[in-house]
Amino acid sequence: MSAMKEFTKGFIKENPVFVMALGLCPTLAVTSSVANAIGMGLAATFVLVASNILISMLKSFIPDKVRIPAFIVVIASFVTIVDMMMHAYTPELHKSLGIFIPLIVVNCIILGRAEAFASKNSVFLSLLDGLGMGLGFTLALIVLGAVRELLGAGQLLGHQVLPQTYKPMLVAILAPGAFFTMGLLKGLLNLVTNKKK
Amino acid sequence: MEFISKIFTMSIMAIFVQNFVFSRVLGLCPYIGVSKKLDSATGMGMAVIFVMTLASTFTWLIRTYLLIPMHLEYLQTIAFILTIASLVQFVEMAIQKVAPTLYKSLGVYLPLITTNCAVLGVTLLNVSNKFNFIESIFNAFFSGIGFTMALVLMAGIRERLEKANIPVSMKGMPIALIVAGSMALAFLGFAGFKI
Repeated sequence: MSAMKEFTKGFIKENPVFVMALGLCPTLAVTSSVANAIGMGLAATFVLVASNILISMLKSFIPDKVRIPAFIVVIASFVTIVDMMMHAYTPELHKSLGIFIPLIVVNCIILGRAEAFASKNSVFLSLLDGLGMGLGFTLALIVLGAVRELLGAGQLLGHQVLPQTYKPMLVAILAPGAFFTMGLLKGLLNLVTNKKK
Repeated sequence: MEFISKIFTMSIMAIFVQNFVFSRVLGLCPYIGVSKKLDSATGMGMAVIFVMTLASTFTWLIRTYLLIPMHLEYLQTIAFILTIASLVQFVEMAIQKVAPTLYKSLGVYLPLITTNCAVLGVTLLNVSNKFNFIESIFNAFFSGIGFTMALVLMAGIRERLEKANIPVSMKGMPIALIVAGSMALAFLGFAGFKI
């Protein structure tokens, strides 16, 4: 039962992006399309799960004083693996995500979960936590990407959704659109949670 | 003369056209987190300029004289983040010893900088833009200035927003993001600007 809770808490209740406001840079920078959002989300999920597992396995061997550098090395190694894999198998996506793949290293969600969860819990629970948080992150990216792609290009995953007569708001897929969309979504979420209380 | 004009172009590009916050969308955690007060924003900005410039110097040296001769370019991400982390630690200790007053105003921001993606970002961009040693240092310095400018502008606006009448749900982060969006819109005017 509690294992299920560790898995699902990342989706909505403790969603890393919308509730905890972590990892904003990749969230805003790469969500100009749904395809990019999915790519980034899955890459980060892989790193999150793998580093959570390894760190919870190593937690009794890592001295407390050097734990942050040790975590960063573990995370950076997995990011390097992802970087090379994406370069080999999805070169298009690798190109459009650009420097944001190596920048997964400094995504605060991953270091945050390592420090707050994986260094204290069992391997199995850490796996579930990493997977749940990673999927929650992916979900948030997809929502943002969908709104921006729909407004900015009238498309979803590259397919025309809105009628041809719709004039795309180009600004939605540029940097200002990212800030506006995220601000409004977060405001909307606050409105819903405030109403519930 | 050619050198000076090149550096000048670079400064305009890094500060305005490709501003780290408004155009590249990097370094947002401190940008939203530390922009509530004007003096803390200035402190953070100074710390970022300092660490960015130092980090670019060291990562360039490490990449050129260690990674490339040994064909270890794939270790770039790990090497860079370790360099930045140890550099920040070292700078923190050095400032604490040499200039205690400076440490008092900058000290709290230094540990935060390790996970600031703008610092790792600028070192990676130096590599992907194939900048040489001098260019890397100047690019990092000007990028830091651009980041500081964005941070200080934002802090000024947010201090005023404190007194404004904002719907409850939009208070805090949502309105900060909307403000950032409007500023990014203004900075979009520089896009496609060629010198």
